[in-house]
Amino acid sequence: MAFFEMVKTALKTVVSRPATILYPYQPAKKTSLTRGHVTIDESRCISCGTCQRKCPAQAIVISKEAKTWQIDRLRCVVCNSCVDTCPVKCLFMDTQYSPPVTARSVEIIAITYVKPLKVEKTADKPEKKEEPGK
Amino acid sequence: MTKQIIVPFGPQHPVLPEPIHLDLVLEDERVVDAIPSIGYIHRGFEKLVEKREFTEYVYVAERTCGICSFIHGMTYCVGVEQIMNIEVPERADYLRTIWSEYSRLHSHLLWLGLFADSFGFENLFMNAWRIRERILDVFEQTTGGRVIQGTCKIGGVRRDIANEKLGEMAQDLDRTRKEIDDLTKIFLNDNTVRHRTRNVGVLSRDDAYHLGAVGPTARGSGVAIDLRKTGYAAYGKLNVPVVTDSCGDCYSRCLVRCRELFSSIDLIQQAIEKIPEGPIDVKVTGAPNGEFFCRAEQPRGELVHYIKGDGSKHLVRSRIRTPTLSNIPSLVKMLQGCELADVPVIVLSIDPCISCTER
Repeated sequence: MAFFEMVKTALKTVVSRPATILYPYQPAKKTSLTRGHVTIDESRCISCGTCQRKCPAQAIVISKEAKTWQIDRLRCVVCNSCVDTCPVKCLFMDTQYSPPVTARSVEIIAITYVKPLKVEKTADKPEKKEEPGK
Repeated sequence: MTKQIIVPFGPQHPVLPEPIHLDLVLEDERVVDAIPSIGYIHRGFEKLVEKREFTEYVYVAERTCGICSFIHGMTYCVGVEQIMNIEVPERADYLRTIWSEYSRLHSHLLWLGLFADSFGFENLFMNAWRIRERILDVFEQTTGGRVIQGTCKIGGVRRDIANEKLGEMAQDLDRTRKEIDDLTKIFLNDNTVRHRTRNVGVLSRDDAYHLGAVGPTARGSGVAIDLRKTGYAAYGKLNVPVVTDSCGDCYSRCLVRCRELFSSIDLIQQAIEKIPEGPIDVKVTGAPNGEFFCRAEQPRGELVHYIKGDGSKHLVRSRIRTPTLSNIPSLVKMLQGCELADVPVIVLSIDPCISCTER
């Protein structure tokens, strides 16, 4: 049994720097692996729909006709599943968290993949996958 | 006979931010009985198994609990692997063990903080959580998530840890061990802590055994059960000590958890020493057809995942039994005869995690 067992720790804490950071003024701690939010390179997406099928939260919706990639940021659980399974590696995990919002909304990104294909006609693999979609 | 009154305790209460409701039957200040009720936060995770492919359900299983998330994901994966006869690479097994033990460190430190808070020792609470923050940083550096790791998958793990990083982690743990040593000394020796926890909420060994207590609650009463001894993941190749204490009061349960912090650090360092080189996952084809009861040791006790598949991409049934559910009968037993002012300490001493109990 002891009295004042805490004193040593308490005194140490008094003289040491704070353990917390002043968050909005100092940036939050981030690592290269931090899962913040999913981003897409819309010029490379082949609209295959793998990310939509593999999303456990059903946050991603791909429309082949409208050529759009939609994500509901509030549904997304940032699990990295879509980034891992994307066959053309056009999805990335950004280390920044998505900004706060006041209302539910869906982020719609237009896929711009087809237009450069018509001009270039060089990429073999994506061209084959694109044809049945048309 | 003294007049009996019923005091409702929860679901919103000052002890822990989780919705458990207890009807405390009081005679003056003494609790004669407690009637627990849960069901405020049911999320339907078990039903979701029919809607998500079994490979994607790992993410859902992991989100059952916000503290021992990795172990939930791992137990589910081990269950599916057993049905499908998948041999997991050895390195993946070791990585799973390392992350599981980090989960235990993080959970026990969180609990120590909350426990200190429950008897009003705010300073100690902050100190425990400061050390926990370092553990969470390691999680973020190795998996990308502080609380939800998302690194376990069927057939192995999703991310590897570089050997240099493993060495760094082992060194960092030496520093953490010193800090935890200072912290646990306060918990175990300080007079104020002792005063609030000694002979409070006593659970005898027989009661613990017959009421089906698990984890530190059972070990604090002298029942030596630890599922890590069954040797899942890489535990079979490591020296796992089972920490027990015989008194069965809140202090004993605190003591068991304090000692387990050190055994977890030892286990991580052993695993880092022994981890072999090699692949971290195997390719999985087909779908599970069969059923399996998978058990693992969570920071709170025994976790059971029951998985049943019929050979399709969607499982037929998943059942999760979390340690808190097993510990609730023991909690009721502990509360009988205690003082009203001790109720928060006793409720917290079983480390209740109601959200994962209700799935």
